[in-house]
Amino acid sequence: MRLKLEKRQQPSKLMQVVTPIASVLLTMLVGVVVFDLIGIDGQRAVVDIFLTPLLASYKWQDVAVKAAPLVIIALGLSIGNRANVWNIGAEGQYIIGALCAAGIGIAAGTAGGPIVIVSMILAGIVGGSAWAAVPAALKTRFGVNEILSSLMLTYVALQVLSYLVGGPWKDPNGRNFPATAPLLPDQTLPILFPGTTIHLGVAIALVLPFVFWLLMSRSVFGYQIRVVGAAPNAARHGGFDGNETVWLAMLIGGGMAGLAGALEFAGALKAINLGFPSGYGFTAIIVSFLGRLHPIGCLIAGIVLAVTYVGGQVAQTTVHIPNSTAGIFQAMMLFFILASDILVRYRVRLVPSTKAAPQPAAGE
Amino acid sequence: MSMDFIIAAIITVVGISTPILLAGLGELVVEKSGVLNLGVEGMMLLGAIGGFGGSVMASMYGLGPLAPWIGVLTGALAGMLGALLFGFFALTLNSNQVATGLALTIFGTGLSSLIGVSFVGRIIPQFGSIFPPELARDPILKLFFGYSPIVYFALVMVFAVGWFLRSTRAGLILRAVGENDLSAHSIGYSVVRVRYAAVAFGGAMAGIGGAYFSMVITPMWAERMTAGRGWIALALVVFAGWRAGRLLAGAYFFGVLMALELYAKAAGFSILPSQFWAAMPYLMTVVVLTLISMRDRVGLNAPACLGKPFLPAT
Repeated sequence: MRLKLEKRQQPSKLMQVVTPIASVLLTMLVGVVVFDLIGIDGQRAVVDIFLTPLLASYKWQDVAVKAAPLVIIALGLSIGNRANVWNIGAEGQYIIGALCAAGIGIAAGTAGGPIVIVSMILAGIVGGSAWAAVPAALKTRFGVNEILSSLMLTYVALQVLSYLVGGPWKDPNGRNFPATAPLLPDQTLPILFPGTTIHLGVAIALVLPFVFWLLMSRSVFGYQIRVVGAAPNAARHGGFDGNETVWLAMLIGGGMAGLAGALEFAGALKAINLGFPSGYGFTAIIVSFLGRLHPIGCLIAGIVLAVTYVGGQVAQTTVHIPNSTAGIFQAMMLFFILASDILVRYRVRLVPSTKAAPQPAAGE
Repeated sequence: MSMDFIIAAIITVVGISTPILLAGLGELVVEKSGVLNLGVEGMMLLGAIGGFGGSVMASMYGLGPLAPWIGVLTGALAGMLGALLFGFFALTLNSNQVATGLALTIFGTGLSSLIGVSFVGRIIPQFGSIFPPELARDPILKLFFGYSPIVYFALVMVFAVGWFLRSTRAGLILRAVGENDLSAHSIGYSVVRVRYAAVAFGGAMAGIGGAYFSMVITPMWAERMTAGRGWIALALVVFAGWRAGRLLAGAYFFGVLMALELYAKAAGFSILPSQFWAAMPYLMTVVVLTLISMRDRVGLNAPACLGKPFLPAT
């Protein structure tokens, strides 16, 4: 007996829903085994990482605040991932978005109110897009690999941040600590539920997936992205311009990452220090795939990944594993979801192992 | 500029470019076989902790003088294991190579930090020159004898990889698999097996490159200590146009840029902030990639099957 793969005529709808769930469950299972092997209470660790944040209601606001940037960035990245435009520099675009928002905040001085807040958000979007426009321009003009250029610019963005918060933008009243001055209360995003940390950005992260869903399923643009990704040659014959797709995918990806950075700054952290880059831009790539590149999928997957972040901190105190362990789980989820792609596109059959050429199945 | 300074600068450049040279050579072979493994950074981190952990353990078991050599081996092994994980998903299960490579980098970053927790704060003797101290100390002779054995290994590998790809039968098969997997398959070569071998080699080389960080550059363990060099190694392969000789030149070019950062920091240049010099290698990578792409549309040099899954009609 051996396994045989038969290509499905249509990607399996069922498998598209089942495989992400299975990937998460498999990750939990493997996690228990692996942690037990290296001498950590595996069951405790996995429960703390995946379930405690969901079961303990006081952790929900943490999950919501952490999920917001992940969902927003992943929405943008999914467009590119669908069209085979690989923007892996979202972390840099996120940083630049936040810095642009911070620049507006500093320029505003003591002024506050909706105009300042909206300007900060717009500046974040523009900044993120601009940072992503560089790889887009280099790709379309000169054929430079966007994977490498977008990532390299992330390292540059880190240095820009380090320079600004340690130099010209350093808080004069901050005891020489490299950080920007905190925003004034009327310069920050409104809190949705008094007494919590849930800010306007969370609401934006809840609404945007539905906007993207409409955009992807109802517009010519959405159609273009899907065709370019699925059948590049057909798309070219159909008159869809490859360069235009690269531009759109990069600008939207960068804009969303910049938006997430601005919201995180103006909503959650209120000041930028050297610890601001938190890897959301990279984790969002996992969110995008775990959500099967679907806007609503990104929303759910963003919450799942946010749970592992919050849970990772819980496990840090309960079973004393480093915070980075959450990264192992996140990577495992990505491995499994990518591997299970095969189940979406192919039907796996057990067939007798014979040397003879396989007979075409009747009716195919 | 004094002679001493120039010699010291050359030694710095040769040393600092060794990790990207090793990892780049490994990735060159991987890409020649038609596989794009973006997990170099993760494999280097696994190699860094594998090498450090291996040599700490070896000296604990009383293997003192052998410890660094064992460290190099365990570093290579750690990188290779990471690569085989990538191979299982990308080659056996045909998952998307770009995303799988990213997953490997995230995985390697996390796993190395987890393992590294028990090694934080430890220091090992630097795996430096093994030549008689007189040779390694003489101002001129140390240009030739003042390096870690890993440096000489890397240089030997430049020629070995170049010769292997150009002049051996196995190298020819590997290139055939990378240029036209279906033809290679139809004349009876196992595409997947060749690619596994290439990916494993790439992992071992990245692992040794990572071990160089934790055993030679700074003989200690720190989270994310490779600081994005794995990505520069990937750019190096494109820069080199998939040729081993040019890879060496490229590695030294980037080595000069990285050394500039060190010297700028040490000299305390006041005109430009230190962050400018830190960003320089990454910025220049983008510039160089652009120049290369302008001259010879990269696509022409790249192996034809690079990054594409192997799907024989069954």
